[in-house]
Amino acid sequence: METDKLLQAEIRVINIGLREFAHDLRTCKVPVVHVDWSPPAVTDPRIASLLAKLGG
Amino acid sequence: MAATMTLGDKITAANLEAHRRILAGEPVLVDVQLARDAIPSLPDRTILHAGPPIGWERMCGPMRGAVAGAIVFEGWAKDLDAATKLAASGEIRFEPNHHYDAVGPMTGMTTRNMAVLVVENRAFGNRAFCTVNEGIGNVMRFGGNDAEVIDRLKWIASVAGPALGAAIRHRDGVPLKNIISRGLAMGDEMHMRNAACSSLILRELAGDLADTAKQDLARILRFIAGNDMFFLNVAMAMAKATIAAAHGIEHSTVVTTMARNGTDFGIRVSATGDTWFTGPAQMARGLLFAGFSESDGNPDIGDSCITETVGLGGFSMAASPAVVGFIGAGSLADAIGYTKSMAEITVGPNPQWALPTLNMMGVPTGIDIRKVLSTGLLPVINTAIANKLPGRSQIGAGIVNPPLTCFEQAFVKFAELNGVN
Amino acid sequence: MTALINQIRRTFYRDSVALMRISRAVSALAGVETAAMMIGSVTNKKLMLDAGLLDSDGESAGANDLIFAVRADTAANAAAAVKEAEALLEAPAAADHGADEWNPKSLDTALQQLPGANLALISVPGEFAAAEARRALQKGLHVMMFSDNVPVADEVALKQDAKARGLLMMGPDCGTAIIGGVPLAFANVIARGDIGIVGASGTGLQEVSTLIARNGSGVSHAIGVGGRDLKAAVGGITTLMAIDALDRDPGTRQIVLISKPPEASVAKLVLDRIAKSKKPFSICFIGVDDMSVPANAKLSSDLRTTAENALSGKRIEWSGNAPSATGLGARVGRGRNKVGGLFSGGTMCAEAQVFFRRAGIEVASNVPIPGVGKPAAAPATAHVLLDLGDDEYTVGRPHPMIDPTLRNQMLAETLRDGKTAVILMDVVIGYGAHADPAGELISQLPPPQERKAVLITSVCGTEDDPQCYSRQVQLLQDAGVIVAPSNAHAAELAIDVLRSLR
Repeated sequence: METDKLLQAEIRVINIGLREFAHDLRTCKVPVVHVDWSPPAVTDPRIASLLAKLGG
Repeated sequence: MAATMTLGDKITAANLEAHRRILAGEPVLVDVQLARDAIPSLPDRTILHAGPPIGWERMCGPMRGAVAGAIVFEGWAKDLDAATKLAASGEIRFEPNHHYDAVGPMTGMTTRNMAVLVVENRAFGNRAFCTVNEGIGNVMRFGGNDAEVIDRLKWIASVAGPALGAAIRHRDGVPLKNIISRGLAMGDEMHMRNAACSSLILRELAGDLADTAKQDLARILRFIAGNDMFFLNVAMAMAKATIAAAHGIEHSTVVTTMARNGTDFGIRVSATGDTWFTGPAQMARGLLFAGFSESDGNPDIGDSCITETVGLGGFSMAASPAVVGFIGAGSLADAIGYTKSMAEITVGPNPQWALPTLNMMGVPTGIDIRKVLSTGLLPVINTAIANKLPGRSQIGAGIVNPPLTCFEQAFVKFAELNGVN
Repeated sequence: MTALINQIRRTFYRDSVALMRISRAVSALAGVETAAMMIGSVTNKKLMLDAGLLDSDGESAGANDLIFAVRADTAANAAAAVKEAEALLEAPAAADHGADEWNPKSLDTALQQLPGANLALISVPGEFAAAEARRALQKGLHVMMFSDNVPVADEVALKQDAKARGLLMMGPDCGTAIIGGVPLAFANVIARGDIGIVGASGTGLQEVSTLIARNGSGVSHAIGVGGRDLKAAVGGITTLMAIDALDRDPGTRQIVLISKPPEASVAKLVLDRIAKSKKPFSICFIGVDDMSVPANAKLSSDLRTTAENALSGKRIEWSGNAPSATGLGARVGRGRNKVGGLFSGGTMCAEAQVFFRRAGIEVASNVPIPGVGKPAAAPATAHVLLDLGDDEYTVGRPHPMIDPTLRNQMLAETLRDGKTAVILMDVVIGYGAHADPAGELISQLPPPQERKAVLITSVCGTEDDPQCYSRQVQLLQDAGVIVAPSNAHAAELAIDVLRSLR
């Protein structure tokens, strides 16, 4: 089960949002990559929906 | 081969094919010819310009200056005033270089009696063309149009061009991929920094020029040697010849043209044919020469960002410590950051063009419009900043992006073509 | 007559904490009444409008733009503040946050950089969080979503999707989790042990896990489920998955469940599931004293008892002698008889209310438990226990656990208030929290002899936390602040002191 794997295996984190969380995880020597998130560039909902459909 | 490939799978496969074709290109500088011979379909009374289609009324100052100069060069009017009136009259046809497999830096003037470099993509048989770089200072690409400019163009067309052509044919052409690979390891990125490749190609051709040049050998050698940007035009034609092979692949969202005319920025995409998707040309941000301020600059102009479509220029910024300072990009770490960011919006690396500062990672190649839209990362272009007054040359260098709207429009069109709404 | 300026920075993004740091600095400038720097999302613009910080310029901003909003006594001071904000924005980021390193913008690239990634920790603004979580789940990642203000319909869809994929969707509004000993977001360093925790409440989870660790035992995993998981609309999806996972986990011998009182239908689902387990459960539905629970479960309405249940009945005590309530009462100034609670943890505030309610003492709170009213509706004599992490206090401000500014201000006001006898506070340490909450708290205090009110706190943390439990306790005690061994003890002592004044 996937949840079992999460609890037994080493946790490896993708941090999306506040940098501090990634910083703290690094202090704890946890493998982490911080994603430099910003709001979607596409604000037109029609285009955003097309993007979701076409693998963007 | 799955019988039931989803559209998403088809797009992925098409983009991989576009990427494969780019990497498979074999661009060779095969000749220098007059445009009327290299591009037989180029009609009379036609001026090819940089960027997407534009009419006289909307042309920026430098382009109008260049157009007037080109008209005088061709002898369609006797002086610049008459040339300007003729340009405005509707009797001159203006078309993008790209409509004739050509590219031109900055104002990008290409007319029938100008000399053009001819690059052939031997893997696919197609050719691309670009004028010979005029040098620095008072030049037509910045809108210069006086006697000095015109005389130089005539000398290039009648002396330097033919001599280069003869030298090139003498050694069966100059393969370009390897020169670029070496240039990347020497600090060039082939858009704003061409010093290494300009030196390398001069070494390639010097002996053949000595063998074949009928006159002005010293002047020709000094003409090339004295111009750090000589190779830019070669790189542009090379990039055009390379990317053209990836155009017209059904379902591919890879960008096959990026170009600006000083007013608009235009892109074209592999699957959407020859439709231009345009938006306002942006103002580059960077370093200005002493005495100039941002209000002196012209909006982004030139076909030179064709280099970025094949992973060079801003995409290869990690290769160019020198350009980083020049364009005000910050530190080498920032330059490396730009290249890494471009890897997020491209199909994949090009291992043939490896970046030493990134552990020989290949340059990020094949801009995918979907990734541009989903990450919000716009292609980064290293560019010269032109004075908005014609003929006043370059006032600085910097980084610029296409406007997001080009990619949005292209994507909407792509979706339409594929019946997705 | 104040001046309001909104300046827009187009296509510019910074995360909310970075912006709030700048807002805080700018708020301290001459003549500035309020300042907020926020991205121009619909939610933020509404918050700014309600706070009187939005003008027509700001209204035109979009989600990709940044709004600098400053209200100051004069236009000149407002303009100067905006300029300072811009300068702070341009300044290079602090070196200790790895400003020079490149970070990917896309999940795909991040996954290339970290093959084998198994958890996405998402703390982007609420209106964008669901889309990020969807992508992460599609890539086979478990998700912990710190973000709140996510529509409940999105929460349900995400949790159903996660469940179908066998993945844990922790949150939205999940501030705390500890997986395999790793503290995630706001969490403490807790010794490993065999007690598993499922928490719909972040600070509740923090209090129970730190009490367990400080009293000789340890935690296998603490799984946060998000504040709304046990509402009928969500149906306890993540709680049930978490129980399943801890039930199967060989390292977990007993399970603790902490939540605000769930809606009846969900309570039944959860209790039925608990009944099927072979492991013993300690259940805490804050404030609920009577509810029929399965034979393998013990119910308690407060966090301390829950911890004690998990510790096999071991009593959590004051070390040494408990302070004398009468002795403390003697310190209280004449005519003072009110308790003011200034909490950074919502569940701490709730637990304190539970004790007051049990003692038959009328309280009011901005996050009232059943039987308690809101401050505006309460009589002037009511004791007011505030959760300063609630929305009304956090517009344009970081959470009080990160930034003590607001609580310090209110502490000073409450001390000056001639009616205050006792001030109750929680001092939460651990990852995510301020670097020195105790130091901040005492920095604003008048010397003990000038105080006239008694300060009672508890420290929620462990020795291994970056701030170090015993050091935080020492700082507080040296400054004449009482430190109780738990939030419950603190509330009980406050009540005893109150009674001694009668």
